[in-house]
Amino acid sequence: MSTPNMEVLKIFIPFIVMLIIIGFYYVLMTKNLIRILLGLEIITKAAILAIIVAGYVTNNMAMAQSLVIIIIIIEVFVIAVAAGVIIHIYKQTGSVDVRSIRNLKG
Amino acid sequence: MSLILIILIILIVTAMMVVFSSKLIIGAISLALTSIMITILMFQLNSPLAAVFELSICAGLITVIFITTISFVKPATEEELIVSRKRRLKKYIYLPVLVAIAGYLVSLAIRPLSLKLPEIIQETNVRNVLWNLRQVDLLGQAIVLLIGVFGIVVLFKEGRKK
Repeated sequence: MSTPNMEVLKIFIPFIVMLIIIGFYYVLMTKNLIRILLGLEIITKAAILAIIVAGYVTNNMAMAQSLVIIIIIIEVFVIAVAAGVIIHIYKQTGSVDVRSIRNLKG
Repeated sequence: MSLILIILIILIVTAMMVVFSSKLIIGAISLALTSIMITILMFQLNSPLAAVFELSICAGLITVIFITTISFVKPATEEELIVSRKRRLKKYIYLPVLVAIAGYLVSLAIRPLSLKLPEIIQETNVRNVLWNLRQVDLLGQAIVLLIGVFGIVVLFKEGRKK
């Protein structure tokens, strides 16, 4: 016998996996640094959704919500610093292509 | 439950829009739409506090950061857009098929699954969890915030020198 919570888990898991695949495929296939960040965001969203669903299924929403809040705040700083680095790379090389930063000058 | 299913499908469609958009700005806005869908799902799953954070920070602040970054970068010309659109289609044409197959296989694999889920309802107050149970996490979070601020300050300082 499956409980209602178990049904929720069974509905959500395929979509979470799909979201992770979309993010990974995007990160692996693109060469634009901004697009890589967009892909990273998609993967993070899948992780956030997985944590919320896990909290709902185990009747522990408070813990799940506190975890999600911490993840979101760290995510913002990762994106902000990465965006700053991308702008600097653009100023240095004139491009946001990952192939333009192959030549490290030590 | 059907509402949740519809929102989940829209979520996948908006994530696909991020991948297939030839203009970066449309990609960033599609990502904001993805965030909004996740917010609705969070409200459906009884987590309003996390939903508010998701809506204000992920759909708001992160979209602003992305649009600011995109505005710093030189926009692509019409010819470049046409070329990149063709390349993009070639690159990502298999993605919807791959995603659909993976989703179907996973749903088939978990159908016979029956886990024993805990029935005990633990701490229900988010504030108690955040401030009493997860103090070490908060310390780590404060350190990450500090490092983030230093990172941004260093980046902008270098820009000013030039």
